[in-house]
Amino acid sequence: MLATDRIIFRTRMTDRVFSILGGLVTLGAILFLGVLLFDLARDGLSRIDWQFLTSFPSRRPAQAGILSAWVGSLLIMVVTAVTAIPLGIAAGVYLEEYARKNWLTSIIEINITNLAAVPSIIFGLMALGLFVYRFNFGQSILAGGLTLGCLILPIIIVATREALRTIPRGMREAAYALGATRWQVVRHHLLPYSMSGVATGVIISLSRAIGETAPLITIGALTFIAFLPPGPIATDPQFAIQPFKWVWSPFTVLPIQMFNWVSRPGEDFVQNAAGAGTVLILLTLSMNSVAILLRYRIRRRIKW
Amino acid sequence: MLTCKSGRLAAAALAVTLMGFTANTAKGQDKLVKIDGSSTVFPVTEAVAEEFQASKKGAVKVTVGISGTGGGFKKFARGEIDISNASRPISADEMKAAKENGVEYIELPICFDALTVAVNPQNTWCDTITVEELKKLWEPAAQGKITKWSQVRAGWPDEKIEIFGAGTDSGTFDYFTEAVVGKAKSSRGDYTASEDDNVLVRGIEGSKYALGYIPYAYFAQHAKRMKAVKIDWEKDQLPAMEPTMENVLAGKYNPLSRPLFIYVNKKAYETRPEVRDFADFYLDNAAALAEEVKYLPLPSGAYEAGRKRLKSLQTGTAFAGHAEIGVPVEEIMRRSPVAEPKDKPAEKK
Repeated sequence: MLATDRIIFRTRMTDRVFSILGGLVTLGAILFLGVLLFDLARDGLSRIDWQFLTSFPSRRPAQAGILSAWVGSLLIMVVTAVTAIPLGIAAGVYLEEYARKNWLTSIIEINITNLAAVPSIIFGLMALGLFVYRFNFGQSILAGGLTLGCLILPIIIVATREALRTIPRGMREAAYALGATRWQVVRHHLLPYSMSGVATGVIISLSRAIGETAPLITIGALTFIAFLPPGPIATDPQFAIQPFKWVWSPFTVLPIQMFNWVSRPGEDFVQNAAGAGTVLILLTLSMNSVAILLRYRIRRRIKW
Repeated sequence: MLTCKSGRLAAAALAVTLMGFTANTAKGQDKLVKIDGSSTVFPVTEAVAEEFQASKKGAVKVTVGISGTGGGFKKFARGEIDISNASRPISADEMKAAKENGVEYIELPICFDALTVAVNPQNTWCDTITVEELKKLWEPAAQGKITKWSQVRAGWPDEKIEIFGAGTDSGTFDYFTEAVVGKAKSSRGDYTASEDDNVLVRGIEGSKYALGYIPYAYFAQHAKRMKAVKIDWEKDQLPAMEPTMENVLAGKYNPLSRPLFIYVNKKAYETRPEVRDFADFYLDNAAALAEEVKYLPLPSGAYEAGRKRLKSLQTGTAFAGHAEIGVPVEEIMRRSPVAEPKDKPAEKK
């Protein structure tokens, strides 16, 4: 009797110790993030105003702004999302639901998982040769967006497959039993059910992409650019509709602008950098909250 | 429903790509001056670009990248950019690459970059320091080992040396390590580093046993609070040199000063008015703008010589493919530039 009591006591203690330890580690991580955010916001928030968001870079810290940087970041994200999301989801569905399990698919699977861990600069080098020179896209938004698209493609594929795997086998079997074709099963059941997991993967990968600097510098992103990409409708010299001309425009992005300001001597530029960093973090946080919202709404719709 | 949406996205993606290909032929209508290269030269070029765009009221667009001097020359030699920012003269390999692609260029020095090694005014022992001693103090191997003045030079006090230097993200850091240690970004890590020169000044000011390096222009503003150490470079035959404007301009303050350059594509200069206007505008305004971003302007004669060089389309480099340290800028402008790399000139005896 006494011996079992002791064992129970000891096991409970281990349990307690572990939960305390886990809590402390989590707290530490959150505290660290909090300090980081606070420090950045303290330097940067006062710098963020209408002028900062609507001005081009300048040698005078007080007149400098991040207009070309945040527009560039946003447009790059559009190209990245439009190319990588459908491709990634399609590839994930194919590998999980259609592909035969043989040595070829195993090799592809291993490589995709490996690709997700390749340093981003390698993608930059690949993109420099392929997109910038071979396809002759130049140092354009298109080339930049495709580069980051390649970077996040493996992450989306892996996330899609993981999400599909969580769907019970019975769902598929039930659908097939009712005479659904494979495409009907994928479209009406698997994709909707896995959407919350896929959405999470997509947003996390986009949040990673928006902070990337190295591959964009490699393909020739600019640092000083004091104009915006052309809009969809040209006003001068003659009226013309040019919905996709902007993809050829040169660009810069927020992290590059920030990096440039950090490396400059002078307190004011550091403040600018903190301001740009705060905007970047706000962008990332809002993207993440969209993901959470999306996941919540999709989950509510599913009734198994 | 959701799949429907992703299907539409895929179609849109395809459309972007297809429309893109047709639009590709239409690009390049804008008047655009493309510049890339050294991040050290960037602040000056950025200032010039900003002013130039303002003076043209947006009719001409200028873009400036920071691929580094080497990366800039690669693009320049392929004819992708109109102007290359460079913190050293073009190398022999880069000259060859440019020649193979038929790219001719005009070399223009635009300002000076210089560093000062400074100590506390109460420091009575350290008036001069050799580059070798600086290396001993700053190289990575010194980390945790060279901690006292007496270890740098026998006879100096047996006191702890407090060292201050640029943060690793700054061009100052790259330049100092390159000039002193011999390899950019190669430095000991156990020193007080700051991107903010004010912190360095306060540190040097606050301790008798401090030593630090800061940009010359910054030192000049606070000369009363610090003492500049004369630099003795074993490789030149000159005595130890004080960092003064005269010495820097005469090319005697070495290896901690260097001229910065831009290289203008000759064909672009000849055929495109926006490039010509920009290059002319650069030389006209470089002195004032360089000072504003805390660099040292060249003597005014050098800008005049640069203008002549542009006007007469004198292509090539005065360095024949070798980075020589310590050539006065007048001498650079006197030499007639060459397009072919030459053997390294014999060391002056």
